[in-house]
Amino acid sequence: MHELAVTESILQIASEHASKAGAKKVTDVYLVLGRLSSIVDDSVQFYWDALSEGTICQGAQLHFERIPAKMACLDCGTSFELPGELILCPKCQGGHVKVITGDEFRVDSIEILQESGENL
Amino acid sequence: MNTLRVPVVEKILNANDQLAEQNRRRLDQAGTFGINLMASPGAGKTSVILQTIRRLAGSTRIGVIEGDTAPVTIDADRVISAGMPAVQINTGGDCHLDAVMIANGLNQIAVDQLDLIIVENVGNLICPAAFQLGTHTNVLIASIPEGDDKPYKYPNIYRGIDVLILNKIDLLPYVRFDMDYFRKGVEILNPGVKVFPVSCASGEGFDPWLDWLRAKLSKE
Ligand SMILES: Nc1nc2c(ncn2[C@@H]2O[C@H](COP(=O)(O)OP(=O)(O)OP(=O)(O)O)[C@@H](O)[C@H]2O)c(=O)[nH]1
Ligand SMILES: [Mg+2]
Ligand SMILES: [Zn+2]
Repeated sequence: MHELAVTESILQIASEHASKAGAKKVTDVYLVLGRLSSIVDDSVQFYWDALSEGTICQGAQLHFERIPAKMACLDCGTSFELPGELILCPKCQGGHVKVITGDEFRVDSIEILQESGENL
Repeated sequence: MNTLRVPVVEKILNANDQLAEQNRRRLDQAGTFGINLMASPGAGKTSVILQTIRRLAGSTRIGVIEGDTAPVTIDADRVISAGMPAVQINTGGDCHLDAVMIANGLNQIAVDQLDLIIVENVGNLICPAAFQLGTHTNVLIASIPEGDDKPYKYPNIYRGIDVLILNKIDLLPYVRFDMDYFRKGVEILNPGVKVFPVSCASGEGFDPWLDWLRAKLSKE
């Protein structure tokens, strides 16, 4: 798994945006991850605790919002959620399907502490 | 002190994607076509590369970037023995190649003198799918002994490919492999993707793959 590389990127993105906003400290990082991205939350949290030490992000809480993998059948119009592995349309057994959600993979926002008065 | 929520909305692998863009521009400037070759360990990545080199050697200058998790040069040595330049990239245990490693690889090979660069990614069906390299096309090798259920178990890698090479078809008489079931999974994930069944052992099936490749090279 590539959780280490992913966590490094999250730290870089969060730190960059925090400095730009004049943060003293980052308290929370909000992530949005689709179910189709094969990332294990616990591993990211583990690497995060180690990597963020001594940075502006030290001690920040990671929040994972998981978006379900939703598919739509292009033949009969049924929408359905993937249970984890790939399945055919549960209604017509067709394989003509499209991904609606589940590919999300982003840092959505961060929560920071600022010196009072710097907030414009 | 006050608390403030700052919107970010940035793709996590944005930095990698941007470097991949730079790699792509570099290949384009050199007029070199780039392939990202992915597969599970032992599916036949190096075998397909060697067959391809053997058959195109007269007309095409091919370089290979070999990604391995350990500092071994077995695969790179085979390419060099076949008469083409190769660089070995040691990922230091990482499960995939990324755009930084490819940028380093491109520094070690005479890109300008090549028509084609094949990147042999680390043997893995999960992680390489997430990292763009800047190559022009993603090729996946599946092989008969891996089983017919792989598209269902590793959907992400099947979704992002342009070409699927199905290797080791010489083993079909000996291994239970439901071709219809396999093809249906591929079709769900990647409708209309090019599929080339081949055997590196017998050489069967290579012509359609090479025709496809030649057509790409003549455009580049
Ligand atoms: N029967 C048969 N064996 C094959 C075929 N292609 C490759 N092999 C064998 O499969 C094994 C692995 O082949 P490689 O080309 O080294 O596979 P790879 O994907 O490069 O392996 P790694 O780099 O270690 O991940 C070797 O023993 C090959 O001889 C084929 O078409 N048929
Ligand atoms: Mg190999
Ligand atoms: Zn349906």
